[in-house]
Amino acid sequence: MPAVSKGDGMRGLAVFISDIRNCKSKEAEIKRINKELANIRSKFKGDKALDGYSKKKYVCKLLFIFLLGHDIDFGHMEAVNLLSSNKYTEKQIGYLFISVLVNSNSELIRLINNAIKNDLSSRNPTFMCLALHCIANVGSREMAEAFASEIPRILVAGDTMDSVKQSAALCLLRLYKTSPDLVLMGEWTSRVVHLLNDQHMGVVTAAISLITCLSQKNPDEFKTCVSLAVSRLSRIVSSASTDLQDYTYYFVPAPWLSCKLLRLLQCYPPPEDGAVKGRLVECLETILNKAQEPPKSKKVQHSNAKNAILFEAISLIIHYDSEPNLLVRACNQLGQFLQHRETNLRYLALESMCTLASSEFSHEAVKTHIETVINALKTERDVSVRQRAADLLYAMCDRSNAKQIVAEMLSYLETADYSIREEMVLKVAILAEKYAVDYSWYVDTILNLIRIAGDYVSEEVWYRVIQIVINRDDVQGYAAKTVFEALQAPACHENMVKVGGYILGEFGNLIAGDPRSSPLVQFNLLHSKFHLCSVPTRALLLSAYIKFINLFPETKATIQEVLRCDSQIRNSDVELQQRAVEYLKLSSIASTDVLATVLEEMPPFPERESSILAKLKKKKGPGAVSVTELEDSKREGGELNGGGDRGPDTSAMSASNASTPSPSADLLGIRSSAPAGTAPASAGNLLVDVFSEAGPAAPSAAVNDDGFLRDLEQPTETSDSLLVEGSGDSEFVCKNNGVLFENQLLQIGIKSEYRQNLGRMYLFYGNKTSVQFASFTTSVSCPGELQSQLNVQTKQVEPLVEGGAQIQQVLNIECLTDFSDAPLLNIKFRYGGALQNLTLKLPVTINKFFQPTEMSSHDFFQRWKQLSQPQQEAQKIFKANHSMDTEVLKAKLLGLGTALLDNVDPNPENYVCAGVIQTKGQQVGCLLRLEPNAQAQMYRLTLRCSKDSVSRRLCELLAEQF
Amino acid sequence: MRFMLLFSRQGKLRLQKWYTATAERDKKKMVRELMQIVLARKPKMCSFLEWRDLKIVYKRYASLYFCCAIEEQDNELITLEVIHRFVELLDKYFGSVCELDIIFNFEKAYFILDEFLMGGEIQDTSKKSVLKAIEQADLLQEEDESPRSVLEEMGLA
Repeated sequence: MPAVSKGDGMRGLAVFISDIRNCKSKEAEIKRINKELANIRSKFKGDKALDGYSKKKYVCKLLFIFLLGHDIDFGHMEAVNLLSSNKYTEKQIGYLFISVLVNSNSELIRLINNAIKNDLSSRNPTFMCLALHCIANVGSREMAEAFASEIPRILVAGDTMDSVKQSAALCLLRLYKTSPDLVLMGEWTSRVVHLLNDQHMGVVTAAISLITCLSQKNPDEFKTCVSLAVSRLSRIVSSASTDLQDYTYYFVPAPWLSCKLLRLLQCYPPPEDGAVKGRLVECLETILNKAQEPPKSKKVQHSNAKNAILFEAISLIIHYDSEPNLLVRACNQLGQFLQHRETNLRYLALESMCTLASSEFSHEAVKTHIETVINALKTERDVSVRQRAADLLYAMCDRSNAKQIVAEMLSYLETADYSIREEMVLKVAILAEKYAVDYSWYVDTILNLIRIAGDYVSEEVWYRVIQIVINRDDVQGYAAKTVFEALQAPACHENMVKVGGYILGEFGNLIAGDPRSSPLVQFNLLHSKFHLCSVPTRALLLSAYIKFINLFPETKATIQEVLRCDSQIRNSDVELQQRAVEYLKLSSIASTDVLATVLEEMPPFPERESSILAKLKKKKGPGAVSVTELEDSKREGGELNGGGDRGPDTSAMSASNASTPSPSADLLGIRSSAPAGTAPASAGNLLVDVFSEAGPAAPSAAVNDDGFLRDLEQPTETSDSLLVEGSGDSEFVCKNNGVLFENQLLQIGIKSEYRQNLGRMYLFYGNKTSVQFASFTTSVSCPGELQSQLNVQTKQVEPLVEGGAQIQQVLNIECLTDFSDAPLLNIKFRYGGALQNLTLKLPVTINKFFQPTEMSSHDFFQRWKQLSQPQQEAQKIFKANHSMDTEVLKAKLLGLGTALLDNVDPNPENYVCAGVIQTKGQQVGCLLRLEPNAQAQMYRLTLRCSKDSVSRRLCELLAEQF
Repeated sequence: MRFMLLFSRQGKLRLQKWYTATAERDKKKMVRELMQIVLARKPKMCSFLEWRDLKIVYKRYASLYFCCAIEEQDNELITLEVIHRFVELLDKYFGSVCELDIIFNFEKAYFILDEFLMGGEIQDTSKKSVLKAIEQADLLQEEDESPRSVLEEMGLA
């Protein structure tokens, strides 16, 4: 080592740095920096040309200031100038500045690229390396465009120095990562693969990172690397610790290269060639054997390097998952590490064993370590290690040890760190459900969970216990008894009250025979918790009460009394007030039969993927869920969305939507119209409607807590676009305002107005949940030829929609020429981590651009005759789908946008309309005649327009309206 | 490797190297967050932790924490030794390196790191090769420079 100059190269810099260090306060530091910046600025601007050394010094100071966390907005040009210096250190500082502070200023990039180009072609290896480092450090698309084709050439050229090759390989890797499309290996592939055989270990070390990355993306093209990697590995593994000289690290031969080789092999299946495979298995065995040998050094570096190779080898063994012998040996080795004094090794062993647990060959071997792992969960001092232990317990759990593991996890929960409680709760809930042989154990476990860690029991968990109790009648009585007992506790968690309220409301009758849990006792118990609970829980309890009235007529008077008191019926919360009012009314006017039908026991839920499992997956990524589990859930036939909505759910949804809208549910003061058939304006009291119209036909859950249904229908993660067809198409032809779309999460209302060929549409997005929607984006597109027919413009909406909030978006629409398709509205957002993606047709139809035209009978028929070419007319005869009531028809025709002309048609039963469609390019005159035949319940619709495509389109649109 | 940070026990960042494009604002946020997590950990705890979608590997040398963020499939133990080898390189170059060396010769620390790691991957593991490259540069520097007066250095001349 020469006595290097180190800091004394730039004394001014050292002085500045120590000044900064001596600053007593942040203010003093900023003052000193500003002074320095002013000084440098004046030097750079000064008349006197700076020499290279000063430039270097000032650029270096700027860099220092930037690294302290201050903004630097000048000096780039000076740094770029340094790049073309012939002095190495000046060039080096220039490159350092550029790599740290690159500016996307295109002019600058051009200059930088020029300097790099010069250095690359300089044939001076030190300069070439500097240039390559700069490319790799910046790694931008522009750099890739400029150099991606040049670097492979440097990499494989015969006369390139080893050090340059190393830099070129990694530089190329960086460019490949940022712009894979620009890095084309093609003809170089085989020569790059053969770098694995290079004499120089440094070249192999650098090249293998590149090859691994390329192999992951193009496994077929690079598959010859497998045999080369195996033979290289074999040579290293069998070499003595001194053979590799400087590449031996603390008596371990080439640990970095070994790890990388093992990593590369994990991009491929086991080698097909028997000889290669044999050689590899031998290597793996040698690595496992070496782990048993006494260490050659006591230094931690020695054991780390050795074990790094061992863990990488075990990863490869697990990746192959085909050598039972090796898998079991790996498991035993990890078992030893579980009790190692090094925390790091215990951590890694627990982690690695998690993956072994999912292999059929080693699952049993992993299970033998259960006591050690439980002990780790109890005694490890580091929470991240305990977390790993909990993960492993979860992974090794099966029917044989579920009770033990669940019990241990439950008892650990009492003292578990806050950071991991929620995940632990989910895991316990999943294991309890999955391995429940008797469901009373399951119910006990979940209630324990709520008792121990109620705050961490997410909604999914308690929804799930209810789903299961509802679906399994063998456990309902037990569940009722157990919740009843759990509610006796003086302070019980609100989640317990929710579960209790729901279950007693459904199955309280099963324990009512016992005088200690008579109906009134049950009710009083629930109601004693009422005032301590939040609004949603109270709402749930009110629903439980109305169910009680049905289950136990003797409680009716008491409950009505409760509902009637001011704190309920005049509650300031709309939801609670409405429930109290409606339930009170329902209980007083409905007959027992009606009550029994409306309040019938909940029908079973469709089998579907457990919502908690979905939540855990969301939390941990798919890797967190073991293979067996995924298969299990597949076998259960749980389609992600439960195969769509069930009848009762949907109808209950729509009924409850209308009867008890949540504060955000109604955006425009317009109710989402009920499905076709029940359309006739049901503006009156909905409850009356339910009784008068639907009595026995009303689905069992018609009046029910939307809370349950809505929440239990938790949407599961799906990123497929859900294209909702139709509804927007026909429903909005004759009206401009309404609810375009609604599901459990989101309601979209629209309001629109049109004048001439222009329109404005207001979209109201309402978040129906209490959780924020993140990354909320919407986009409107005009597919295909619509692009040239319609012009839709809008501004982007805010990306966050708070729970219960509504945001608005305005679309400006211009009709360029007549059109048939509808523009598409795509909405994407994240709800609790799950991406929601939705595409809707926007109800923009050609008739929106109608201007009504009043005319006399004479004029009408004259024009009618003028439009007499066959293609100008479109006609359809169809059956009435909706009421043929005169007023309804008139309202629809007016809604269409045309003028409804009286006294034109000789037959007073017929309707005629006239209007002009305004597009940017032209006006299209339209005449319409609708001839109803009440007896046959048929219509004949005739359209004549000055443009034939308009006739056809209008005819299509209108035929669906009547 | 996604990035490497060196910071002191007092939470002063001494060196930062980012191997993927990251906005300055995000960098500052990540540095702050990570420093807080790592500095709060006790000595005997394990050197690895999960953070966001990354694995953090850190080790303390005297007053300095060396902290690397690696990806899911990367090897933790070998990363610990990447840190150690880097420390060895600094030590060899500066001759029992201390925090002050890195403060006053930050540019050298960056050069050494660049010779060792490039784009987040190891360029060469041999101490000799890495130091040879740096020494060459220093020799070039020696030749370059003629001594200057102190006044000139301070920009007063």
